[in-house]
Amino acid sequence: MKLQRKNRLRATALGALAVSGALVLTACGSDDNSGADADGGGKTTAAASTIACDGAKGQLRASGSSAQKNAMDLWVKNYMAACSGVQVNYNSSSSGEGIVAFNQGTVGFAGSDSALKPEEVAESKKICGTGQGINLPMVGGPVAIGFHLEGVDDLVLDAPTLAKIFDTKIKKWNDPAIAALNEGAKLPDKAIQPFHRSEDSGTTQNLGKYLAAAAPADWKYEAEKKWPAPGGQAASGSSGVASQVKAVDGSIGYFELSYAASQDISTVDIDTGGAAPVEATSENASKAIAAAKIKGTGKDLALDLDYTTKAEGAYPLVLVTYEVVCDTGNKADTLGTVKSFLTYTSSEDGQKVLTDAGYAPIPEAINAKVRETVAALS
Amino acid sequence: MASTTSPLDSPPAPPAPPGRPRSTGRVGDKIFIGLSRGSGILLLVIMASIAVFLSYRAVLAISKDEGNFLTTLDWNPAGDPPVFGIAVLLFGTVVSSVIAMVIAVPVAVGIALFISHYAPRKLAAPLGYVIDLLAAVPSIVYGIWGALVLVPYLEGLNLWLDQFFGWTYVFEKTEVGIARSLFTVGILLAIMILPIVTSVSREVFLQVPKTNEEAALALGATRWEVVRLSVLPFGRSGIISASMLGLGRALGETMAVATVLSPSFLISLHVLNPGGGTFAQNIAAKFGEADEFGRDALIASGLVLFVLTLLVNGAARLIIARRKEYSGATA
Repeated sequence: MKLQRKNRLRATALGALAVSGALVLTACGSDDNSGADADGGGKTTAAASTIACDGAKGQLRASGSSAQKNAMDLWVKNYMAACSGVQVNYNSSSSGEGIVAFNQGTVGFAGSDSALKPEEVAESKKICGTGQGINLPMVGGPVAIGFHLEGVDDLVLDAPTLAKIFDTKIKKWNDPAIAALNEGAKLPDKAIQPFHRSEDSGTTQNLGKYLAAAAPADWKYEAEKKWPAPGGQAASGSSGVASQVKAVDGSIGYFELSYAASQDISTVDIDTGGAAPVEATSENASKAIAAAKIKGTGKDLALDLDYTTKAEGAYPLVLVTYEVVCDTGNKADTLGTVKSFLTYTSSEDGQKVLTDAGYAPIPEAINAKVRETVAALS
Repeated sequence: MASTTSPLDSPPAPPAPPGRPRSTGRVGDKIFIGLSRGSGILLLVIMASIAVFLSYRAVLAISKDEGNFLTTLDWNPAGDPPVFGIAVLLFGTVVSSVIAMVIAVPVAVGIALFISHYAPRKLAAPLGYVIDLLAAVPSIVYGIWGALVLVPYLEGLNLWLDQFFGWTYVFEKTEVGIARSLFTVGILLAIMILPIVTSVSREVFLQVPKTNEEAALALGATRWEVVRLSVLPFGRSGIISASMLGLGRALGETMAVATVLSPSFLISLHVLNPGGGTFAQNIAAKFGEADEFGRDALIASGLVLFVLTLLVNGAARLIIARRKEYSGATA
């Protein structure tokens, strides 16, 4: 009995040792990683030299849109390599959570897929004191329409056809409307399975805005974060939709371009009514964002995208995500870091990072205003 | 959900015997009484404050709901006007759980009987262990397995059901789409609740008094008749409470459902069509992007699930209480 008890004690001790050992090891592991990252960043980016760390100090917490996660990861890595002792922590949860956190004053800035709503601006005044929350367009990107159809690699669709497909009015791939846009393609007599996002999403809202603007006769729904149409199937997250499209023959869905690239999914070229159908690429998306007008007043730079643009090579189905900050009345302890970090992200070097990550840079005309506003933050 | 169902398997403490020993007045006794009474009270206070918090937030949401909270077939608290209703969620939760129970309970009782009365002892122990192990798999793993393996494999079964049992209406598949349906969710839930139903039933069957079984044998009963005459009647309330434990898990299952189901806000009795939703799945899917009011609305739906689970548990307790004198058992 005694022996047994002793053994049990020993086993417990061993277990405790193993657990604490594992903790120590993981702790070491993460330390090593960040060290390696910093080193790597230092080596690879000469850009780091253009990052001005003036006034930046301590830790900056930010939260929001997962659509800009990959861009943020790169920016934060480069920035932290250049400014030692400064920590930027972007928690890519969702636009909604980011704005809630911003309006509770727990983050320095928030990332959001859509501009602040009037009531959110009103709420932000409590946090910003003298000022209010404003939107700074920082990351652009094409929303790709991915499809999976055995035997068909290239597909051209226009806005009305897309609207009818996602509204399950067009049910077969060999529908005359699709055939008319794709002469010579061998379209099978197969059911179309449209996929959409199961949770509320800025990507859904952007697709809705595009369809409502470019095909008002065929898309009667309001552009909301929630999927409005009754038919179709749903999957969670852009990655979920992409993997369903990848797996299911006859499917079509929408997600950020990087998902199409990483999973090797064919994307639809959009017939805008311009000279030729436009492919979903970063460059083509930037051309469409260039057609946008600034609808925000004062320092707010919320954009009004022109979804009906027919400019040559402009891919109209684009997403612009914002950073939300206070124009004045930012908290003193994070203001310096916010300014310094956003100055970098809106700089030429910062925007250059976007193309490599499957995003689209904000066109220079708009970006110049963003820089001006960032410089005036207080 | 486990916390709301767990009281089922342990009967309420028997009333204190008259003239229970008074405290000897020692310090240790007093401290212990204080501690145990304190924890009891603390638990009640926590439960009450959770209930108050949930109800408060739920009332906030429901009072601003422009649709009917019980009948609206939509969930759009962020809309203008905000409209949301639980009809689809209630329907989906109940239907998927019922499918799970119909599949799981007979199988689980069969396994439990096999382990307790048929299997050779060498086989019974490892088998029981393996069944218990099923309960240790995290639900997200079930979800991923369901989405990647079960869904593609069920397509054949769906076609077959549609072809031969389409006339039942329930098994008619009217929409295209892969098998991300309430039926698939029901099958997945059945697998997930199998271990708990099995292990509780097994324990009950093992408690059948040997004298009962021997009496049946002495009357010339075959092994099946022994099971039918002595084991099943004795274990009936145990099977019911085991099933209710499983039902509790099925009602509240979140990640597995959210991974497998293709949610939509339509009510359809065609269980093979993709679509539908459950309370927990809807909360998991919508919570991330919900604003303050949206979260209140989700909390309101959570409250309905809470009440539903409470009702199910209450019904189970009633059934067990009524059967008690017959079986002579408190499972």
